[in-house]
Amino acid sequence: MKTEIIDILQKYPAGAKENLIPILQDIQGNEGFLSKGSVIEVGNYLSMPTSKIFGVATFYNQFRFSPLGKFHIQVCRGTACHVLGSLTVLETIEKYVGVKAGSTSRDGIFSIEEVACMGACGLAPVISVNGNFHAKVNSESIKEILDSYRKQAEL
Amino acid sequence: MSFLIEINNKQVEARKGETILDVLKRNGIKVPTLCHLKDMFPTGSCRMCVVENLKTNRLVTSCSTPVEEGMKILTHSARVVESRKTIVELLLSNHPDDCLYCVRNKNCELQNLSEELHVRERRIRGVKNNNHIDRSSVSIVRDPDKCILCGRCVRVCEEVMGVSCIDFINRGSKTVIGTTFNQGLNTSSCVNCGQCIMVCPTGALSEKSHFPELLSMLSNPEKTVVVQYAPAISVSLAEELKLEPGKDINGIMNAALRKIGFKYVFDTTFTADLTIMEEASELVERVKTGGVLPMITSCCPGWIKFAEEFYPEMIPNLSSCKSPQQMMGAVIKTYWSGKTGVKPENIYSVSVMPCTAKKFEAQREEMTNKGITDVDAVLTTRELGQLIRMFGIDMNNLAPETTDSPLGYRSSAGKLFAASGGVMEAAIRTAYHFITGDELIKFKIEALRGFKGCKEAEVDIDGLKVKVAVVNGLANARILLDSIKRGEKTFHFIEIMACPGGCLNGGGQHIGASEEDVKQRMKTIYDIDDKETIKVSHKNPEIIQIYEEFLEKPLGHKSHELLHTHYYKRDVIH
Ligand code: SF4
Ligand code: SF4
Ligand code: FES
Repeated sequence: MKTEIIDILQKYPAGAKENLIPILQDIQGNEGFLSKGSVIEVGNYLSMPTSKIFGVATFYNQFRFSPLGKFHIQVCRGTACHVLGSLTVLETIEKYVGVKAGSTSRDGIFSIEEVACMGACGLAPVISVNGNFHAKVNSESIKEILDSYRKQAEL
Repeated sequence: MSFLIEINNKQVEARKGETILDVLKRNGIKVPTLCHLKDMFPTGSCRMCVVENLKTNRLVTSCSTPVEEGMKILTHSARVVESRKTIVELLLSNHPDDCLYCVRNKNCELQNLSEELHVRERRIRGVKNNNHIDRSSVSIVRDPDKCILCGRCVRVCEEVMGVSCIDFINRGSKTVIGTTFNQGLNTSSCVNCGQCIMVCPTGALSEKSHFPELLSMLSNPEKTVVVQYAPAISVSLAEELKLEPGKDINGIMNAALRKIGFKYVFDTTFTADLTIMEEASELVERVKTGGVLPMITSCCPGWIKFAEEFYPEMIPNLSSCKSPQQMMGAVIKTYWSGKTGVKPENIYSVSVMPCTAKKFEAQREEMTNKGITDVDAVLTTRELGQLIRMFGIDMNNLAPETTDSPLGYRSSAGKLFAASGGVMEAAIRTAYHFITGDELIKFKIEALRGFKGCKEAEVDIDGLKVKVAVVNGLANARILLDSIKRGEKTFHFIEIMACPGGCLNGGGQHIGASEEDVKQRMKTIYDIDDKETIKVSHKNPEIIQIYEEFLEKPLGHKSHELLHTHYYKRDVIH
């Protein structure tokens, strides 16, 4: 069962704003994303305006504000991948899925995340879908890969 | 401790703890600034204020660098000017460049800098911003594409207003100023004060305008378009029209309003007097019957929304009086309509306010009577200036005119509403009369005047020591209210205005007024009070008349129906 937000918050002293980032990480670790409701609760607990919390959270790439899709696509944007065309790959994926990196498609099937180097430079450009790596992708192969995941989702 | 530093090859005195900018200002040397805000901690983020320190051979930001002994500063060396110019070129690189269509055309800091630094070509081309304009608020329009991320609005909203509904969102080139979850400003805790507009260097923030509807009403023969203006307008409109700052131009303003096509011209100061009659009666009643104290004023719609959001437990403390704007709206469409025979549904009632929150107030559900809105459109001082220019009115060639009667005559006490502390002074004058039957001997309460954020005084009314406080700037209201909640302070009566210094420095006023100009507005208000003979609201002959002919008595049945209201706890995202 999921931990309630309040259980997470109570691990930290009320009003201690310096814990903002660990709290947000904790919540995201638990719920997969930061919902509006949880941001408001954090604000109440830390006596902090939610605009500030949202400002801090959007500063870091690690936080997301919508739940992960059934298939979570991570696109490596490290140097090696960049040189070999990961930007085109990312754009192709965004077009295919219909949303920008950091978001989840309306049907909930895909979510996209940009990540810094995944440590698989030999496979560049590389993506991972729910932890499965796909090596040396290009804008053609990517469509086939995503098509097959979509079929799985529709089964 | 003071020492000498060299500025532009001249020795000048500097004190330890000062910034370079402080010293420059004292010596009349102007360097441009963008992110800097007076009396606030410098962020040093825009780099516009750079100067060259020959001692270290480096460019430093003058707003955030403390002076050091032996510094040799150049404020306008080739290197300095070149870097300032580059900063402006970078700011322009993603700017929409639609100056001709912008509300801030001819009054924009970015335009001025670009002109001063002689930017004559587009050297740096960036990807244009492409964000949504947020028109969700009834008072404030946000156009993030014109934003240069100076952060001034964020700081004012947090540090002066204690609201904090906007902040920097995202990072790097994707940074924007936005609300929690990028929702519309209307669902945020924004209190519509407009102080963010007042500090914005560009057209990224502006008031919501109702020009098309107003213009069509002015030319609609079936409508009787009437106007009222707040006590602060006559002393602050001058700057908007490039006339002498702080000058009272009441007479020619009346004439200009009629030229624009307003059929009847009323003075909201009349209903400021009416507010005093009702509010002083309410205070006396609360004190006598053991009602909820401290009573807190309710004229400022920014403060009211703030209370509904952040201090709902204090709603019973709020005076039930509507604001002067809404009282005027209500009596125009009842009392005046009855007297003149103009049907309420044919009246289009406009108000000119120094304030953007008044636009919000006018559309509150409670501000209607039997389905008819008290006030139909609200213009800021800036928008009135715009109207006057649009109608080609030459203010230097107008004979002064008076207001229409009734609803046009005022006391000088009502005029004090324009300044922080003014409602309090006016209320005390009348409350004293209600309690003792006499008049105060000394009207002036010096301790309640001026720009200080929180002012306190004790007034002796017939042996009763009445403790009062006056607050301006909602961040100061938080401090005072929290100390009351903790039981550290007690008062009978508190005046709270959202804007620093009160309405004369409201969010609808001329942008770019200097501190001196704003002080002059306040001085003019107090001069009017010194000069004039009717200094108390209860002696205003039209006030006596409206009670005789229509309202009967303060807090009477009609007053309750038309002049009083309720407030509600508001659920917004804090
Ligand atoms: S209008 Fe006032 S409360 Fe609203 S964003 Fe601007 S400064 Fe903040
Ligand atoms: S909206 Fe205006 S005041 Fe706010 S950061 Fe942008 S340019 Fe500065
Ligand atoms: S004004 Fe000094 S850095 Fe912005």
